[in-house]
Amino acid sequence: MATSVSSRAGSDEQAVSAAPVSPTGPRARLRSSGPMLAFIGRRILSSAIVLLGATFIVYMLLAIALDPLEDLYTSSAPNKEQLIQQRIDALDLDTPAPLRYLSWLGGAAQCIPAAVGIGTCDLGTSWVTNQPVTAMLSTAIPSTLTLITMSTFTAIALGITVGIASALRQYTGFDYGVTFMSFVLYSLPSFWVAVLLKLWGAIGFNDFLADPRISPPAIAGLALLGGLIWQAIVGGAAQRRAVVFGVSALATAAMLFFISASGWLLDPSLGIVVITVLGVAIAFGVTAVAAGLRNRRALYSALTAVALGAALYYPLQYLFYYAASGPMMIGLGLVAIASGVLIGWLWGGPDRGQSMRAAAITALFVAALTFVDRLMGVWQVYSSSSRIAGRPIATIGSQTPGLSGDFWVETMDTYTHLILPTIALILISFASYTRYSRASLLEVMNQDYIRTARAKGLPERIVTVRHAFRNALIPLATIVPLDIANLFGGAIITERIFAWSGMGTLFLRGLNDKDADPVMGYFIVVGTALVVANILVDFIYAALDPRIRVNA
Amino acid sequence: MTTPTPKVPEHGGTVTEENVENAIELKEVEGLSQGRIVFRRFIRHRGAMTAAVVLVGIVLLATTSIGWGPIPGWWDYTYRQQLPIAQAGGAPTMGFDGGFTIGEHPFGQDNIGKDVFALVMRGTQQSLLVMTIIGLVASAIGIVMGAIAGYFRGRIDNLLMRFTDMVITLPIIMIGAILGVLVGGANPITLALALSLVTWTSMARLVRGEFLSLREREFVDAARVAGASSTRIMFKHMLPNAVGVIIVNTTLLMASAILLETALSYLGFGITAPDVSLGNLINEYQTAFATRPWLFWWPGLFIVTIALCVNFIGDGLRDAFDPRQRRIPSQRKMAKG
Repeated sequence: MATSVSSRAGSDEQAVSAAPVSPTGPRARLRSSGPMLAFIGRRILSSAIVLLGATFIVYMLLAIALDPLEDLYTSSAPNKEQLIQQRIDALDLDTPAPLRYLSWLGGAAQCIPAAVGIGTCDLGTSWVTNQPVTAMLSTAIPSTLTLITMSTFTAIALGITVGIASALRQYTGFDYGVTFMSFVLYSLPSFWVAVLLKLWGAIGFNDFLADPRISPPAIAGLALLGGLIWQAIVGGAAQRRAVVFGVSALATAAMLFFISASGWLLDPSLGIVVITVLGVAIAFGVTAVAAGLRNRRALYSALTAVALGAALYYPLQYLFYYAASGPMMIGLGLVAIASGVLIGWLWGGPDRGQSMRAAAITALFVAALTFVDRLMGVWQVYSSSSRIAGRPIATIGSQTPGLSGDFWVETMDTYTHLILPTIALILISFASYTRYSRASLLEVMNQDYIRTARAKGLPERIVTVRHAFRNALIPLATIVPLDIANLFGGAIITERIFAWSGMGTLFLRGLNDKDADPVMGYFIVVGTALVVANILVDFIYAALDPRIRVNA
Repeated sequence: MTTPTPKVPEHGGTVTEENVENAIELKEVEGLSQGRIVFRRFIRHRGAMTAAVVLVGIVLLATTSIGWGPIPGWWDYTYRQQLPIAQAGGAPTMGFDGGFTIGEHPFGQDNIGKDVFALVMRGTQQSLLVMTIIGLVASAIGIVMGAIAGYFRGRIDNLLMRFTDMVITLPIIMIGAILGVLVGGANPITLALALSLVTWTSMARLVRGEFLSLREREFVDAARVAGASSTRIMFKHMLPNAVGVIIVNTTLLMASAILLETALSYLGFGITAPDVSLGNLINEYQTAFATRPWLFWWPGLFIVTIALCVNFIGDGLRDAFDPRQRRIPSQRKMAKG
């Protein structure tokens, strides 16, 4: 149900304290900090009251809905009365619920000083497991974040890219196709997709891996499909489309044939050659978007970054073998970006910034390819290990119990567990991002300043990237924080289907066990995140769009 | 870009559609009512019309086949009957067996012999019922909230909007599940009413925004000078002017309502056994996926189709109500022209 959540949080014309509604009243531009501070102060205060009210509502609803004594009423224990009395005493059920809320609130209020290290946070205790809620949350939040971070960022990146492409090709076959697709994805029930992926996709793929040969009709079908998609994306005159269709269909067919014939799926790898070729393609692509291919220095900087990456391929394999860890991988990514920036700077020229940007992005891509290549190297070892037994795509949990291996095997294990829930989550939120970014870019492309930019003879790349794209991102910037806040809530349904023990599981278990405190703990985390995101959205909007004024 | 500039004639296949739209604009001069114009535009929206036809078909199929309440339908079995298994494993009898055949159990049977077609029809009825009630009731709440906030402004507006913020802070699945536990499942009408209490927020915000701008218009002043009461101005004069936004948002609300209901039923907090909903059918039968996949496919397909149809209708309505959305000549076309 990610769709409905995000549409609820996103479709409103954002908490419009920023919109100039009333013609009266003192106003100030954002630039002077006094009114802004007053605005933020007021906003935080009103949000705190809103959150307080919401916790009260949820607490009262839970007090009415959940009866912790339910299992005891039907129990046949001889000391039933005594057990009931014990539990009433333990949970303080004789006190009216509003008073219990106050004592809960007293504990929760200690979380504010606890955040800066004074005192301890007390969100109550689960009476079923006798665990403090704070402890439950501290294991659930990281688990949920690993599950959802990747899917959210992928969905944002993919959704915006596809939405922009679709807007730039408005009313073409590609646009209609994307629109239809996003409607279908929007209408998919998340639980159905997840169960389908788990029981049909994963099991089917694992069966397929036992004998990974693609039949010729399947190759032909996929090649035709690939050709159709590519010619729709590239567009243009009929002849150009035909050429693109032919070339891409042939390339797809050749690739699939190679994958099928060589058993690539059983022991995949990229190798230095493929990385270099892909790297050069990426260098051209990144330069074309970020600086324009006319900017030779930028192109050479990006190509230099690729060359450096290729040169470091073999030395890096030693490093990967002897010392590999998560932080080191992140460090290497940062080093890649830094060296890209340095390369761009060294190439110099009047417009260093563009070269640095192009080289840095290219370097990051090449580094990622190198990482993926190394990870692929462990695939065969992983999938043939005794615990996995040739069925690598996992459907349950976050790791294979009892699997031992080095950093790469463990990383692979994490990824095979992440892939299905990630796909399920992407499929759902991808659609709304596509719709938003398409609508937003079309709106901007209709503005007068775009016509001006074209009229004064700017190349279309600059009009699109610099004038249109940046402004189209402003409304999106107001959706993303809300979506990220929803991350903390976890995907209740996806977590349940893939047996992932995060926030969603915490909530469902609390509700099923008639255990109110964990549910309240869940809500306080999600509610706070949402409220903070809402304040952030107002602030971002006012900061990005100078037309927005702040009512002080 | 609200000024109605003359349409740029376009090239290629779009010419006819442009003419069609121009024709619609011309009809406006002929003295058609606003409703007629919107209706004509909607009829011309191919996707939305197809969706509307499909949706009507599903509604008719679901209500007539197994009957509604005490009224009997034309289908032979009910969703509670346990029947002898007709085909091995209860496989669907629908198929191409020398021409299209429906057979005894077109969607198959479950492990104890219940007819899946009857089950799915019953689930569809329940889901449609919940969807409609949420759509109507939540819209009504949202309209009243938004209208009062936008019309009176000031302190009332502030109060109502903070209350709306408070409801928005509750994650929808969470509050839906809690309300589901509270009303104890089974009765779809109670469930729908409970869910309406938390799904009205986007409507309230939209209507408030519309009312804030409408109340500055001359006809509102005119009505006030003529001595109309606030209630009359709000619901007789201003509300009809906001009807486009309201109808579009109601359909979108319905689309998310059916997904919400099925998701809650799937989790076991919505409509629960012994009653049937599309969501709890999927929950009940997901373990049988490997052996009886039809138990899983049919309810899912019906949810997707209904949600998709409602979304398409909403899209068509949006286009019909908002003629400002015009085609933007692309850069390539401008270069050619």
